[in-house]
Amino acid sequence: MSSSWETIIGLETHVQLRTKSKMFCGCATAFGAPPNTQVCPVCLGLPGALPMPNGAAIGLAVRAALALGCTVHPKSVFARKNYFYPDLPKGYQISQFDQPLATNGTLSFLAPERGIVTAGVVRLHLEEDAGKSIHDRFPKATAVDLNRSGVPLIEIVGGPDLRSPAEARAYLQTLKQLLEYIGISDCDMEKGSLRVDANVSVRRAGETALNTRTEVKNINSFAFVEKALTVERDRQIALIESGGAVTQQTMLYDSKENAVRPQRSKEESHDYRYFPEPDLPPLVLTPEFVAEQQSALPELPAAKRDRFVATYALSREHATVVTSNRAVADYYENVVRAGAEPQAAANWVMTEALADAKDHQEQLRVAPGALAQIVALVKGGTLSHQAAKKVFGEVAAKGGEPRTIAEALGLIQVADSNVVAGWVTDVLGAHASEVGRYKSGETKLMAFFVGQVMRASKGKADPKLAQRVLEEKLTAS
Amino acid sequence: MSDAKAVADRLVKAKRLNALLTPPKDLRKSLAIQEAAARPTGVLYGMPVAVKDNICTLEFTTTCGSRILEGYRSPYEATAVAKLKTAGALIAGKTNCDEFAMGSSTEHSAYGRVLHPLDKARVPGGSSGGSAALVAAGAVPAALGSETGGSVRQPAAFCGVVGIKPTYGRVSRYGLVAFGSSLDQIGVFGRSVHDAARVLSVISGRDPRDSTCEDRDPLRLPTVPESLQGFVIGLPKEYFPPELDPAVRRACDRAVRLMKELGAAVREVSLPHTPYAVPTYYVIAPAEASSNLARYDCVRYGPRFDGRVDLRGLYRSTRGQGFGPEVRRRILVGTYVLSAGYYDAYYKRAQQMRALIAQDFRNAFDRGVDLLFTPTVPSPAFKAGEKLSDPIAMYMSDIFTVTANLAGLPAMSLPIGRIKGLPLGGQLVGQAFLEDEMIEAAYALERVVPATDEA
Repeated sequence: MSSSWETIIGLETHVQLRTKSKMFCGCATAFGAPPNTQVCPVCLGLPGALPMPNGAAIGLAVRAALALGCTVHPKSVFARKNYFYPDLPKGYQISQFDQPLATNGTLSFLAPERGIVTAGVVRLHLEEDAGKSIHDRFPKATAVDLNRSGVPLIEIVGGPDLRSPAEARAYLQTLKQLLEYIGISDCDMEKGSLRVDANVSVRRAGETALNTRTEVKNINSFAFVEKALTVERDRQIALIESGGAVTQQTMLYDSKENAVRPQRSKEESHDYRYFPEPDLPPLVLTPEFVAEQQSALPELPAAKRDRFVATYALSREHATVVTSNRAVADYYENVVRAGAEPQAAANWVMTEALADAKDHQEQLRVAPGALAQIVALVKGGTLSHQAAKKVFGEVAAKGGEPRTIAEALGLIQVADSNVVAGWVTDVLGAHASEVGRYKSGETKLMAFFVGQVMRASKGKADPKLAQRVLEEKLTAS
Repeated sequence: MSDAKAVADRLVKAKRLNALLTPPKDLRKSLAIQEAAARPTGVLYGMPVAVKDNICTLEFTTTCGSRILEGYRSPYEATAVAKLKTAGALIAGKTNCDEFAMGSSTEHSAYGRVLHPLDKARVPGGSSGGSAALVAAGAVPAALGSETGGSVRQPAAFCGVVGIKPTYGRVSRYGLVAFGSSLDQIGVFGRSVHDAARVLSVISGRDPRDSTCEDRDPLRLPTVPESLQGFVIGLPKEYFPPELDPAVRRACDRAVRLMKELGAAVREVSLPHTPYAVPTYYVIAPAEASSNLARYDCVRYGPRFDGRVDLRGLYRSTRGQGFGPEVRRRILVGTYVLSAGYYDAYYKRAQQMRALIAQDFRNAFDRGVDLLFTPTVPSPAFKAGEKLSDPIAMYMSDIFTVTANLAGLPAMSLPIGRIKGLPLGGQLVGQAFLEDEMIEAAYALERVVPATDEA
């Protein structure tokens, strides 16, 4: 049914900034401290306390805005968003409203169905987090932990430019990658340092106007992004196809049921009564400050990917994998700088190195120089690919120099044609019938003979040399 | 130099005024401890300073005259209080005030009204009525108050003492419980211009905890001038309307004549947007208050008024019973003017009008006027209960004072005479951060004006 429907999705992403202290006070932001131990009069909202902006948080927010190609405004205004909730100690959240820090950026990402898509970033603003209500700790009571109260956040409001749940996932993945790259956030959805709400609507293919949308909340894991949006899209389509109409409301995703339910009306329809925060003067950024943040930005993933394609002649796909993470990209470049052939280096990084890292707390355990040596040993015919993998594993586990380890393990390929000829003679003698079949035209048996030589040599024979000797002997006799 | 016991005795003697919220026992105990700890080198060494109950202190509770903060003890102290202590002053208890500083008579305190020191049937003004009354009664030489729309100058005028509201940003607001954050400033009361000014000098200056506090050195005290030669005093005609109480006019005329005799040039000026000041104020201040007072939900501190109820029930009972009627009225007004669909018509227009009012003052000062002189209040202290049932009449007693708050300018009131034994105040309004000029003129006027004579 969905083939005749188009889905329109825009994401609102909250990202916790990686600062030591909170947005408006000096309290620590570390995750996992005992409840209500990282608090002070300011983030507790005690009578008479006043906010003082954290310059480090402002710097990180500006970096995010620049990385997203936003216009960073020299003057923005903090505003109060008023609502009552026990985990909101002041009764308002300090945010930004009609004059945000930055507007009008873009994020390009690889969409599963449409290729490279450039989605708009409508705005990016600074705000403080609320505390946490804990409903399952005490029977019949809600506990409040204010350690998170006042932690700095940015909200990134994406345009309605995503066309499927899978696309939304890809967008979020790319955004996460970018923000991790520039080091402004941990972007850990499970710890709540990355949170996403989605605006979803559907329309019949060919329509251009936007229909009534709903907001999907409570998507608290990366794995649920696509699921939650698919459920909501399907609900809207089914609703319209059965003659109903979508009403503007907030839907809460339930991951256990893989279903959405409307938020009770009591919980929504806030009038936040925004007004400029009188405790804080407008946030004025000097051109020098913005330039400083710009110069603190590393090469961004897209630029790095393009450079890898151009410099190392990698395919776009390979370059994308190798640049997906800043540490991996740096590692790859160091391997190449240590003398490895770029494509071979990419193959090793994408397979052995990443697989090993996955099993070992994301540590790239083989030093770039060592991997370059392994690559060179394979290319020079000293190690077979299989033997090189063993050496890689040894170096990863125990360290050491690859050649020395290869020698110690007896994995160096034998390139002495006399020695190889001996193995060849043995193999041909032991397989007379195959020799006969080969000679009568069944040349595909060459692979079989090479395999047998490798077996006889316990993997030490240089396979290319073995084949050459085999060919000589089989045609000579 | 006063010792702790004498200080406490004087304060306890003034008990009948209901100006002090601190129980005598607590007061005596704390004063003895403070005296032992006070730094003898401080410029205010041994000087008792009473503090309005909406300014956080470690020594005493901070209730803001409200039920909703009954028994509340702040875990930190206001920057102004810390500066007083560093200067060797003694924090001489907490003074009664209108609840959350909302009122002009100190009748809106949950802890009972404050009596006027000269006539117990009358109000001392407000909202810092307790501080004004204690200074007027001679219980303390100086006290801290706070202003949002005249809450220091108006009670100073009613009680016949000096009251100074500094420029917005001159004194840190850290630890001053917020009412209207863009208008609030801590102010001072003194028996004399000098007492008030030297306390102001101590509490002024930069504070890394308040982003709205200017990065400036503390105020330097001027010397007492020989004359007012070179001063140009402006008389804004809107502050002297035909219907002004003739006695108030006589007192002002006399003060103006005395300033002229001291060499000041006097000229009439116009602040044309003055009629809009009170309505503007009563949009902006309640709007900010409705947000500032949202934190009082009794979830983290303060008493709870009902047993186990749901969340809405908790809010309804604590805020319904914890706040008095005037605070509830202003929260409702403030919530209304910030609501979707009304923001532009009220809050936004009020901000535009505020800018015009501030521009009026700049225009006057740009034309060579150094200071403005006006009556502080349109009438002397009124009777208790007289304006309680008519909030608008109560609000109008701020008519000459709210403009300085809206424009963020320094202003002060000093006694300039009496009507039927009741004090009258004259107001000086200065240019931003030029408190020294304003205080200089006040020194000169104070020396010549017959402050306790009938006008």
